[in-house]
Amino acid sequence: MSTKTEFRTCPTTGLKVDLNAEKLIKANAVAAVIFLAIGGLFGLLVALTRWPEVHLLPADWFYLALTAHGFDVLLVWIIFFEMAVLYFASAILLNSRIAGPRWAWTGFGLMLAGALITNVVVLQGGSSVMFTSYVPLKAEPGFYLGIILFAVGALIGCFVFFGTLVVARRERTYKGSIPLVTFGALTAAIIAVFTIASGAIILIPTLLWSIGLVSHIDPLLYKTIWWAMGHSSQQINVSAHVAIWYAIAAITFGARPLSEKVSRTAFLMYILFLQLASAHHLLAEPGLSSEWKIFNTSYAMYLAVLGSMVHGMTVPGSIEAAQRARGLTKGMFEWLRKAPWGNPAFSGMFMSLVFFGFIGGISGVVMGTEQINLIMHNTLYVPGHFHGTVVAGTTLAFMAITYYLVPLVFRREIMFMKLARLQPYLFGIGVAGISVFMMGAGTLGVSRRHWDMQFADAILPFDYPSAAFLMMGLNGMFAVLAAIGGIAFIVVVVGSVFFGRKLGVDEKPSYPEVPPQAAVVAEHGSAHSLKIPGTTMLVAIFFIAFVLYYFVNWKYLSEVWPLS
Amino acid sequence: MAITPPSERIWWNQPIAKVELTWIIIAFLWGLFMFFMMIYWHGAGEQNLSNEAYKIKPEQFAAKTQAMIEAYTVREENSFPVVHPPAGSDVYLTGRLFNWWPILELEKDQTYRLHLSSVDVQHGFSLQPININLQVHPAYDMVVTIKPDQAGEYGIVCNEFCGIGHHLMVGKLYVVE
Repeated sequence: MSTKTEFRTCPTTGLKVDLNAEKLIKANAVAAVIFLAIGGLFGLLVALTRWPEVHLLPADWFYLALTAHGFDVLLVWIIFFEMAVLYFASAILLNSRIAGPRWAWTGFGLMLAGALITNVVVLQGGSSVMFTSYVPLKAEPGFYLGIILFAVGALIGCFVFFGTLVVARRERTYKGSIPLVTFGALTAAIIAVFTIASGAIILIPTLLWSIGLVSHIDPLLYKTIWWAMGHSSQQINVSAHVAIWYAIAAITFGARPLSEKVSRTAFLMYILFLQLASAHHLLAEPGLSSEWKIFNTSYAMYLAVLGSMVHGMTVPGSIEAAQRARGLTKGMFEWLRKAPWGNPAFSGMFMSLVFFGFIGGISGVVMGTEQINLIMHNTLYVPGHFHGTVVAGTTLAFMAITYYLVPLVFRREIMFMKLARLQPYLFGIGVAGISVFMMGAGTLGVSRRHWDMQFADAILPFDYPSAAFLMMGLNGMFAVLAAIGGIAFIVVVVGSVFFGRKLGVDEKPSYPEVPPQAAVVAEHGSAHSLKIPGTTMLVAIFFIAFVLYYFVNWKYLSEVWPLS
Repeated sequence: MAITPPSERIWWNQPIAKVELTWIIIAFLWGLFMFFMMIYWHGAGEQNLSNEAYKIKPEQFAAKTQAMIEAYTVREENSFPVVHPPAGSDVYLTGRLFNWWPILELEKDQTYRLHLSSVDVQHGFSLQPININLQVHPAYDMVVTIKPDQAGEYGIVCNEFCGIGHHLMVGKLYVVE
């Protein structure tokens, strides 16, 4: 583990690459993918159990698998990958050495140890409390200890990132302001610090309670603070994957943000308002006032949602502008039709953008409406929503950028290119199906985190409508499709990283084809003549869908029993 | 490019394109609308959650439930008491591992003050198929004023994971004419 700083020059982009940073990116990305495989497998087992005709696992294994699935993919896979993104967006994009590589390795070690401890404890069976571990459900102490160690490791990683920004500025490795992608990563890291602090505030006493040193933890207080970690950490993901959208648009098309000011302000909105989102999980809770719920659940009048809606235009808009500048100007959509749909980084990124907005985004705002939450709280609508954001949004975006990381950072040719081209479609469509059908089942009332929707052994009988069973069957089928996509990803990435052809020192990989710097769209002309009609149309469709869906759900709400 | 420093050093003075600005304004106004919609519904809508809740010891809540059962039980079903409390009264429903206790029988178009609490871990009150979902905490007595407007037989599913018998936890509620 040498900490001497050595650089190589990237033959594709001309960037100076700190070898320490490169090793750290590799280690974090590999760990991430391993936990994606483990967590994904648990997810498949969960989906196959909820498929009524299959009903694979016995109840105790189902609850165990669901706990492990949540922890491994929602936390471990995503945060490991985000560490790789942070190091990439700081050291590599800024041409800088990484600050304190020893610290970064310490953080990595803690994260790995924590992830392993919690997994082992969960597999021992005494801690099937779900990822959220709502008190007074009690897990073994190791369950909380592992999460705390993991979080401390991630916190160290964030500070290495901040340190690298300072080093780069002091050593003048770049001119002017940091790139937009780095700015997005900075947003993610700032939110991460808040998130991890919240996690520590609640999980350390919970650990002590589990050992027996603290006698009581208030369940409502626990939930409020836990979700300041649990939901805010999803905002780390949003910031990170939006940054990745911009990065892929830049690498693939040489796309330039339409307006640095607008895009950066949109990121700033995340920092200012996202920490209020804990309220999304407390709308059906006793003991909190409506005023508190309304202000917090709307991120102070939807200002963070505004940030996402802005990115929803500026990301495709920047691609459209770049494509039009290259002569693809026919009609509204030539730029999109002739986009490189066979390039898995692009297809994955674009599906991530569309699914995140249409499925995850709209459903999130609707479900987060104070009163509408009543008809959705804790039904399968909830996991339906967050599979739209975290899986179809974040995970798909992370998969997409991996196709660039393998040749550019791991210096290996992508193997099984044909499979790679297909992979984002398999996974993306699979996950979109999972999200939609879970939301459908949730609308019909089906409970989340539930082993048996037929209630076969319950003393008092109850039957969900038959359409709900159909939804869960479809959910199972699309989960299998997503799993095939997930396995394809693992095969391509692990195969390429370990067995792919090594690239020579100055050799450019055949994939990705990065447009030469000269072709980068330097200017869009004056701001008044910017033409992005295709994007405008897409945004209009999105907005109409949003408004209609919003009102449909108010109508559903108005049909239930009056209550006050 | 987004992966390089901005080409204009003074990027914050660059003008914003009209199409971007228009979308920002529309999105902002839509956000304001959605915000005020929630407040509006508190006045005009019929489905709102009260802010009424009390701290209560689990054994006190269980005792209140028991008192109601003793006063108003009309029959038994699968060894669950079926309770028919007077219209307009305070009714108690206890969530516990792994059932909803007791079975309630309410009258259509009458108003009740429904008290929900748990005597052990958190549970989820999920009234089906009407699909009203509330979180039930131990040590908190949540009071919801409800007015059932359709007669029938309803299931109460537990939709917060509460332990290995979570999927057995189904309760029942009748609404009679």
